[in-house]
Amino acid sequence: MSEKVLMKGNEAIAEAAILAGCRHYFGYPITPQTEIAAYMAKKMPKIGGCFLQAESEIAAINMVYGVAGAGKRVMTSSSSPGISLKSEGLSYLAGSDLPALVVNVQRGGPGLGGIQPSQSDYFQATKGGGHGDYKMIVLAPSSVQEMASLTVKGFDLADKYRMTAMILADGTTGQMMEPVNLSEVEVQHYEKPWAVTGTKMERPHNIVNSLFLEPEELEKNNFARFERYKQIEENEVMVEEYLMDDAELCVVAFGIAARVSKNAINEARKKGIKVGLIRPITLWPFPKKTLLAAAEHVKQFISVELNMGQMVEDIELATRCKRPVTLCNRTGGMIPSPAQVLAAIEEADKGGQA
Amino acid sequence: MPKVTFRTDWCKGCGLCAMVCPKQIIVIAKDKINQKGHSPAEITDQSKCIGCAFCATMCPDCIIKVEK
Amino acid sequence: MVVFEKPKSLCDVPLHYCPGCTHGIIHRLVAEAIDELGIEGKTIGVAPVGCAVMAYNYFNCDMVEAAHGRAPAVATGIKRADPENIVFSYQGDGDLASIGTAETVHAATRNENITVIFVNNAIYGMTGGQMAPTTLPGQVTQTSPYGRDVNHCGYPVKISEMLSQLEGPEYIERVAVNNVKNIRAAKKAIKKAFQNQVEGKGFSLIEVISSCPTNWGLSPEKALQWLEENMIPYYPLGVYKDRTAQKEAEAK
Repeated sequence: MSEKVLMKGNEAIAEAAILAGCRHYFGYPITPQTEIAAYMAKKMPKIGGCFLQAESEIAAINMVYGVAGAGKRVMTSSSSPGISLKSEGLSYLAGSDLPALVVNVQRGGPGLGGIQPSQSDYFQATKGGGHGDYKMIVLAPSSVQEMASLTVKGFDLADKYRMTAMILADGTTGQMMEPVNLSEVEVQHYEKPWAVTGTKMERPHNIVNSLFLEPEELEKNNFARFERYKQIEENEVMVEEYLMDDAELCVVAFGIAARVSKNAINEARKKGIKVGLIRPITLWPFPKKTLLAAAEHVKQFISVELNMGQMVEDIELATRCKRPVTLCNRTGGMIPSPAQVLAAIEEADKGGQA
Repeated sequence: MPKVTFRTDWCKGCGLCAMVCPKQIIVIAKDKINQKGHSPAEITDQSKCIGCAFCATMCPDCIIKVEK
Repeated sequence: MVVFEKPKSLCDVPLHYCPGCTHGIIHRLVAEAIDELGIEGKTIGVAPVGCAVMAYNYFNCDMVEAAHGRAPAVATGIKRADPENIVFSYQGDGDLASIGTAETVHAATRNENITVIFVNNAIYGMTGGQMAPTTLPGQVTQTSPYGRDVNHCGYPVKISEMLSQLEGPEYIERVAVNNVKNIRAAKKAIKKAFQNQVEGKGFSLIEVISSCPTNWGLSPEKALQWLEENMIPYYPLGVYKDRTAQKEAEAK
């Protein structure tokens, strides 16, 4: 069966989470992701799950910490200012090696910002956000189908590597409606012998903890964690390449920016400009190898983003600054139009660095 | 016959056991020192112990065992 | 016949607390309650940030270390993950009554079926004796060196009084551990707080008035005297809320 249903992006995330075996959701209302909470509030009681509206984002992420510690699949969702509040909890989840799924349907910032779509939490998501040495797996959907499939993937990766996976979406993908196929969801199962489920007087007590007062021990844990991160960088990169085989120019964009860029690239191709797209699906791990390989045959990269160019330096690092990287952006809740991206491509094609 | 035993190596010499002993038979042995560097509590006259377990109830380090 | 020994739910390790610190007594009372109810195998404890941060090394049951003040939220998650398990948090005054006030109030108002042990010694012990939300008016601490000036930084938070105004919680009691009689009463209260959870009655919080000889600058014995003379008059002991008893009284 491969039936397609029409769904809102935010609802697709919620339904996919349930299909992935998540039975615990904690959240606090914030635009533009509240549909996820509303969906969970409706569904969870009917399937023996637990939806609980927390008193704050901080409480919500710590409820997530509790369920994750108890070894069950759990998620929370929020939007930019709310993720800032959750960052303490994200650091503790990392320090205690607990798996969880966190959704950020981004809105413009900084501060209270606005409620329109944005990608300005790229740094926060990919570089940590909270304190200490840690990473999160960051997945960037650009369609409603991907909102669903990456949610399932996120739960699996979180369990596999005992860490947080974040869906870094934006207000547009959260709100838009598209057909989704949810019938082919495959869910992985992972044993969690470390979880606090009660000793049943059959084993020594388990301790979920991120405090290590001996620096040697804390360092050892951090080294071990980063060994796992290396495996993730080796094995879990997801990236889409579009019309890259003969490309002389390369647009790099994720999420909603990639969709806009594809339209612009199609228009540019009609005009004979050899331009392609690299779309990171995992923002961490970042598709460094794909970009470095592209740097061998393209003359310029154009980063299209809904922020002030936060991804630019990752592209420069990945390509070891072999080619110039220019920025085509809008911010504050504005979205670049295909015409703006096309203009940037045309400018680059003329040899100028737009 | 009541018997009180102290796990002396874990005693911190806080003296709360001595404070509550109704028979006043617990003292902090100022002339002794344990591995933690504390002068431990000790019982001066076991025969006077009534096994009330006040000392053990008060001990913050749970180092006192009382038998009857 | 053994009339008193270390409860089995306490790990056989020395405690890191200062000489005469009453945390050890309260740990023991919690462990005794767990032993007597036969629930160690299904109990999960949540440790705070503060002096009791390493409580996870002292209880034999499964343990989780929470971020500062967040223990009631973490405990909520653990309880919701498996409601059959018995979940308790163990928190100091800074953790529960300052940075974690929101989590405390909301776990209480949800009548979350957990047990909260709230250790109130009117000072931040772990960081070296700063003013706590429960520091008494006029009390000298590192950050109230001229005594707590209520005109400048407000009054102490009376958690038991405050929470008992909520409709949510099942049971709120304030006890002290300054003498044998009060310790026995504290034990009874703590055991009741666990028993309530076993029976599915909901949120129970036991506020335990305790001492901090080191940061109060007093000997362990003098600290308990100070507690009796200053803390207990400001924080009167007793049952602040007992919904089951209230209902029974109303039924009569």
